Amino acid sequence: MSETPPQEPPPAWTIGCSPRRAFFHGLRATPWTPGLILFFAMIGFGALARDAGFSVGQAVFMTVGIFQLPGQVALVDQVARGATLVTVAFAVLLTAIRLLPMTVVLMPYLRGSGLPRGLEYAASHFVAITAWVEGIRRLPPLPQHVRLPFFLGFASLLCSGTVIATVAGYHLAGQLPPALGAALLFLTPIYFVLSLIAAATSLADRLAILFGVVLGPALFLLAPGLDLLATGLIGGTLAYALGRWRRRANPETQA
Amino acid sequence: MSQLQTFVAGGWGGYALIFAAGMLMTEPWRWMGVRLSRDLHVDSEIFRWVRAVSTAMVAGLVARLVVFPIGQLETVPLSVRLIAFAFGICVYLFIVRNLAMGVISGTACLVAGAILLAT
Repeated sequence: MSETPPQEPPPAWTIGCSPRRAFFHGLRATPWTPGLILFFAMIGFGALARDAGFSVGQAVFMTVGIFQLPGQVALVDQVARGATLVTVAFAVLLTAIRLLPMTVVLMPYLRGSGLPRGLEYAASHFVAITAWVEGIRRLPPLPQHVRLPFFLGFASLLCSGTVIATVAGYHLAGQLPPALGAALLFLTPIYFVLSLIAAATSLADRLAILFGVVLGPALFLLAPGLDLLATGLIGGTLAYALGRWRRRANPETQA
Repeated sequence: MSQLQTFVAGGWGGYALIFAAGMLMTEPWRWMGVRLSRDLHVDSEIFRWVRAVSTAMVAGLVARLVVFPIGQLETVPLSVRLIAFAFGICVYLFIVRNLAMGVISGTACLVAGAILLAT
């Protein structure tokens, strides 16, 4: 991630801007490139949900209600592998814990809008990789009073896009030649791994990716059902410990 | 079919499952984040650890989806899946630092490999 952007005056449209206008400005500022990647990944999710035996309504319910792709994929994947309710819930829970620190980082930008507090909680529903990265990137230059409606603007368009993509992927899945059907299902893992790499800012983050990729399949064979939990705890703790050791050893490097 | 899969196929049971095992496991973390954002530091050791654990877990999920896929991805040989996965990562890391390009090149590599091997 780059250093803090230089202090620039806020854009002209923000002066005396009503929340409603700020919402539409946010809507029009929807980030296209990350939005399209998310769209294709959600097409992949729609296809995955169909292959796992869910209905199209259930797939859309997951997209809108959970709105974080790793959790949705974990849910669908666990059910397809014949897991029990407890292990399914646990896998989803584990993917969702990271939303806590993400929300903590984003919320200071969304506070102080003068709008009802409930809207802050509503906005937190959109905390997932894509909207979070865009929020962190785009909100700081804006004045406090427009940030919350602006964020709600582009986040709600992203959310609508994911619904369309889920339905499209669901219906495409059965009708494509095998190679393209496989490609749809491949979008999710490749998008996730690249997002993880893009979001990695420390040595601990990068090691966690490496350990996770190696341990995930190995522990799936050794301890099916507990594999995701074990991968996270073992790989993550090891990565954290090594990162901490490195930080202590040479404090100047931010690695 | 496992019990849970029969449940999902039943319709409303699937929605109940998504609510209980999906939404109720996800949303509280966001709400807690809103509450805690007032007085927790992102640079604290506990957050660094949580971040590492969740990163490793998502990375594990990703690798499992590639190595032991579900659905149509199974029809592509493991070697092609692994090469395409590594190719996408290498393009992103060493050629263009652009998510879309990485995703597209990895996926194109998979399709090319699948078609070449099928003929």
